Amino acid sequence: MKMDVNLGGTPIREEDIKEKKVLYTEWIPKARYAWDAGVAIGRFLEELKNGRIIGTECQRCRRIMVPPRLFCELCYTPVNRWTYLGDRGRVRTFCMSRVRWDASRVEEPFFPSVIELDGGKKGTALFHVIRGVDLEHMKVGLRVKAVWKAPEERIGAITDIEYFIPE
Amino acid sequence: MRKVAIVGAGMTKFVRRALETPIELAYEAAKMALDSCGLTLKDIECVVLGSAVDAFDGVCMKGEYLSGGAGAWGKPFMRHSVGGGTGVFSCIHGWMHVASGMFDLCLVVAEEKMSCCQPHPQGAFLTVYDSILERPLGLNLLWVVAQEMNHYMITNGLKSEDVALVSVKNKRNALDHPAAMLGADITVEDVVNSEIISWPVHRLDISATSDGAAAIVLASERLAERITDKPVWIAGVGYNLDTWYWTSRDLSYPVYVEKAARMAYEMAGIREPQKEIHIVEPYDPFSFKELQNLEALLLADRGKAAQLTADGVTARDGNMPVCPSGGLLGVGNPISAAALMKVCEIFWQLRGEAGKRQVPGNPKVGLAQAWGDMMQTGTVVILKV
Amino acid sequence: MATKRVAIVGVGYYGFRPVSPEVSFREMIYEAATRAYEDAGLEPKDIDGFVTAGEDWNEGHSIVDELAPDQLGAVKRPVFTVNGDAMHAFVSAYMHILTGQMDICLIESRSKASNIKNLHEITMMALDPIYTRPLDTSPYFIAGLEMNRYLYESGVTREQCARVVIKNRRNALLNPYAGHGARLALDDVLNSDVISYPLTSLEISPHSDGCVVMILAEEKKAEVIRKDPIWIRGVGWCTESYSLERRNWSQSVFTQKAAEMAYKMANIRFPRKEVHVAEVNDEFAYKELQHLEALGLCRKGEAGHLIDEGATEISGDLPVNPSGGCLGVGNLLEATGAQKLLEIVLQLRGEAGRRQVKNAEVGLAHNWRGLPTNSGAVVILSNF
Repeated sequence: MKMDVNLGGTPIREEDIKEKKVLYTEWIPKARYAWDAGVAIGRFLEELKNGRIIGTECQRCRRIMVPPRLFCELCYTPVNRWTYLGDRGRVRTFCMSRVRWDASRVEEPFFPSVIELDGGKKGTALFHVIRGVDLEHMKVGLRVKAVWKAPEERIGAITDIEYFIPE
Repeated sequence: MRKVAIVGAGMTKFVRRALETPIELAYEAAKMALDSCGLTLKDIECVVLGSAVDAFDGVCMKGEYLSGGAGAWGKPFMRHSVGGGTGVFSCIHGWMHVASGMFDLCLVVAEEKMSCCQPHPQGAFLTVYDSILERPLGLNLLWVVAQEMNHYMITNGLKSEDVALVSVKNKRNALDHPAAMLGADITVEDVVNSEIISWPVHRLDISATSDGAAAIVLASERLAERITDKPVWIAGVGYNLDTWYWTSRDLSYPVYVEKAARMAYEMAGIREPQKEIHIVEPYDPFSFKELQNLEALLLADRGKAAQLTADGVTARDGNMPVCPSGGLLGVGNPISAAALMKVCEIFWQLRGEAGKRQVPGNPKVGLAQAWGDMMQTGTVVILKV
Repeated sequence: MATKRVAIVGVGYYGFRPVSPEVSFREMIYEAATRAYEDAGLEPKDIDGFVTAGEDWNEGHSIVDELAPDQLGAVKRPVFTVNGDAMHAFVSAYMHILTGQMDICLIESRSKASNIKNLHEITMMALDPIYTRPLDTSPYFIAGLEMNRYLYESGVTREQCARVVIKNRRNALLNPYAGHGARLALDDVLNSDVISYPLTSLEISPHSDGCVVMILAEEKKAEVIRKDPIWIRGVGWCTESYSLERRNWSQSVFTQKAAEMAYKMANIRFPRKEVHVAEVNDEFAYKELQHLEALGLCRKGEAGHLIDEGATEISGDLPVNPSGGCLGVGNLLEATGAQKLLEIVLQLRGEAGRRQVKNAEVGLAHNWRGLPTNSGAVVILSNF
């Protein structure tokens, strides 16, 4: 079967919609959720409120896990040791972004990064955003530290850490 | 194991914004697939639908919504999603139906209409991240994939120019694809000078969100040769999913793609992939992904895929043509339909029906691969004539 | 048809209660899966493939497949997600074993319905955006329309529908895992608020949270794993018209077709006699009766008599929903079908405690995906 048939799929332009040349319906989804944080993440969030980062340790695999979970997903055993981690670390990988989630542009670029935390073992890393540095000076291995919100502003969320900056 | 063949294929054009509703897109692809092998819906015994993300089309339970367009009413019907890996996985899910012995003829459809999501489909990607620990940071898909690109490039000592060769090759290949939306004659300079969206990702390193659908018809051994004189046999299938906890993973190498490939190679009896696979359609939503996937598929040595591209090995007339269709970078990226398009491409190539895109030398064995979820899953299908 | 026999060799669950704030979904799944592995005497490395069932909008997460592997011990293993009922995941795992590429598969599905704050509006997202959603009304209208037509055509009465609620919620009191056991009177049900005439609020299943994990194995391995594997005799699944304008408003046609497919596989000619216990979707009370007719477990219009005569009580000659059904256990979103399979497994193993149906050897599990779908599946199991 050759593709010399008339293919379906008719392109239209943004203007066709704006000028109402094609009909359309609109809907704004209303979706509200309240996810149960459970034991592990519940504790993680509570500790964030206290200005600390906590993880769990799998003694069999010798790994420390952040975000913490009650079981090690690799050896499939329950963990029972909680370990505090530093709020400083080194950059494992990064990128530089100029767009937000909705594709809107941001003036001052920032660096979404995977940060290996002090006190952790290989693989103990947190995802967050680094500011206060430019692309020229940004590199894998850069040491960074967390900038926390003031204690009274913390609510027990990942945003209690505003961002990370070079140490 | 029972043998299963692809006997027909179809797809719509991939466009930025389609006039058709999602249901109509699914119908167009399914109808073309059926027509291509002279079958009608009455002949089809079961239907499988793959669609990556509900949010784009603006519906919940997208499988049910699309069921009519996929020809499913009155039949056993299921829909699956493994994120970006869906299009290739839909071939595997269909394969399960026929290879199990329960059905002889299965219609597989993949559809995605991303333009429904306003003001920009990118926004819907926010919801693929962890609801508690990641979404509050307001991330864009690129914040994470760009980190993977950076890690891959740093680990393998690559520059933007090395990776840009993939965009150049694929967009040029796509000029010969009647359904392509992003076909273009560009240079490496064009790519590295294009706007930096999320360093190190340039605008021309990415395939744009699109609307489209694709479909294939699967038949058991008993019927395949009666329906067509050149059935394309599914010789191997494989899929593998890595941990959700992506910050604990080595992002430079998708080991889950390697595991999926090994699962498929084992089933297909392939011992030396680099010798035995003639054409490859790896998943290329970003230019670096083609290189990274080729290595994980064991079709290029680690860190060497960029050199193969520079040497022309992966060009259509090279020793191992990669993305002769033009891939996602050239044809477009309606997620699940794009990956099923790759399966369709191997189907057409192995039958000598790829027109201007036809790879010379009578290829006999092809591999299609997709990648998805949170940089987590690899899905692989090996086809043979 | 199938040449290889496949059995259920392990089940594990967590729940089922209206809320579950003490655990995240991961912790809930981890416990259910740990129990399933223990029940089968297996470990994650013994499993060849994993299939989960879930819908993005019900989890509040796009591409729920991302969340699948860790809690199951399935990291870097073959995993995929079916966006459908758990029974769809079940038949997918079953087919994959039949291909011969895999011998042992695990399926998982769960509900955190309590975490969804506006479920009606999310279900509205499942309505056709051009023809139906703009009517901007709760999807229960579809159930009301269908119930009305069903009663009209079948002669089943509102009282008979209300009796389904009474039976099932009373059964749930005998079931330690059911979250909505209650002793109700006929008037309680008939006089409860009308949600979508003639459907009243007590005829609508409440939701529950929970998780079900099951392990399937091909014949030879199944017989090594346990001495009482529960055999899959027949499976069937079907989707009928999604469009409201084109559906059959009184009969559950997809159930008829799915049942035909399953009965044929299982070589069952006289379902009423050959099926000893059934778990049938009763998300809305009238649905239990409508589905019984569609399953061929009674003739058209006869379902009302069955409930009046007590035939579908645990002590009757065709016990239906001994677990309490959706009405008594709770609607578990995509995991609903898994709960029905779970109950049949427990019944056929003789592990159903005070709600045990005597001499149950062949059981039928059926589920409907819920509004606004016309999809579902039937699975027939036996302990021999």
